[in-house]
Amino acid sequence: MLVIPCPYCGPRDEHEFSYAREGHIARPTNAEQISDADWAQDLFMRKNPKGVHYERWMHAKGCRRYFNVARDTVTHEIYAVYEMGQPAPDVKKESGR
Amino acid sequence: MVETYQRRTALAHLGLVGRAAAGKGGAGVVMSEAGHRTIINIRGNAQDPAFAAAVKSATGVDLPAKANTVAGTGARQILWLGPNEWWVTGADGEADALVEALRGAFTGQHATACDVSESRAVLSLKGPKTREVLARGVSLDLHPKVFGIGQCAQTGLSRCNVLLHQVGEGPHFEIYVLKSFSDYLWRWLEQIAGDFDLGIEA
Ligand SMILES: [Zn+2]
Repeated sequence: MLVIPCPYCGPRDEHEFSYAREGHIARPTNAEQISDADWAQDLFMRKNPKGVHYERWMHAKGCRRYFNVARDTVTHEIYAVYEMGQPAPDVKKESGR
Repeated sequence: MVETYQRRTALAHLGLVGRAAAGKGGAGVVMSEAGHRTIINIRGNAQDPAFAAAVKSATGVDLPAKANTVAGTGARQILWLGPNEWWVTGADGEADALVEALRGAFTGQHATACDVSESRAVLSLKGPKTREVLARGVSLDLHPKVFGIGQCAQTGLSRCNVLLHQVGEGPHFEIYVLKSFSDYLWRWLEQIAGDFDLGIEA
C-alpha cells in the first residue's frame, strides 16, 4: 500500500485515490492537419519507464482533486507531488539519481 | 419538494426510536441518526478576500483557515472539503434562505452555492469506544493527538465515501454519508459496535 501525500488533504492511503495515467500530455493544436498515425500516437501511446514516471492521481475518496505525482515505478518512491498546471520537476537531479 | 407529512429521515425504517426507548445506559458506543440537516455546497476562491467576506456576511461564519477543519458552532458550521469547496450547514428548513443569501453575496463573483441537504444522512457515534469502532473501517489515524475536535476529513469508511467530523468530547463523531449508503453503513457500524457494548439514542 502506498501512502500518497495529497497536496490538499495530506498523506492518505492509496485506496483513497484513483490513478489517472501519464501527466503533462498536451493535445495537438493543429488538429485539422495531423495524420491518422500521429493521432494514434497522441491518443494511445504512453511512456512506460522503468524509473521516474510523471503521472496524475485523483483523490477520489477525499477532496476529489487531480494532481501530479513523480513516482519511481521500480521502488514506488514518490519524489514529488505538485498541482495541475505546474511544470514537472527534475527529480532525478534533485534526488541525486 | 416532499410533502412535510411524508418526509422521513434516511434511517426512519430502522425503528431507532423504539429501540432507543428499550435501551440502557453506560454503553461503549452510542449510535443515533442526527436527523434532517441543511447542507449547502459552496465553491469559490479562498484567496479572494471578496469571496471570504461574502461567505462571512451570508453565514456569519469565517471560512475555516486550515484544510480538514471546521469553523463555526451549533447548527451553523463550515466544513472544509477541498481547496475551493466547503459545506455550510444549517438547521432543517434553512436551505432556501441560506442559498439565497449566499448567491446574493456572491453576485459578480466566480462562486456557487448549491443545496445538497437531501443527499446526505448524518450518523452520530459517541462514547469511549467510538475510535475503536471507526478504526475497523477507516485508514486515517484517529488518535486524539492527530485528529481532534473541530477536524473533519473526507475518507472511506467500510467502502463508503464519508465525511468524518469530530464534534465533541467523548469522543463524539458525526459521519456524513450518501443516503443510499446509509442503511448499509448503519448496519455495518452496528455490527462492529456490538463488540463494544452498543447503545442507541433516538
Ligand atoms: Zn485530497
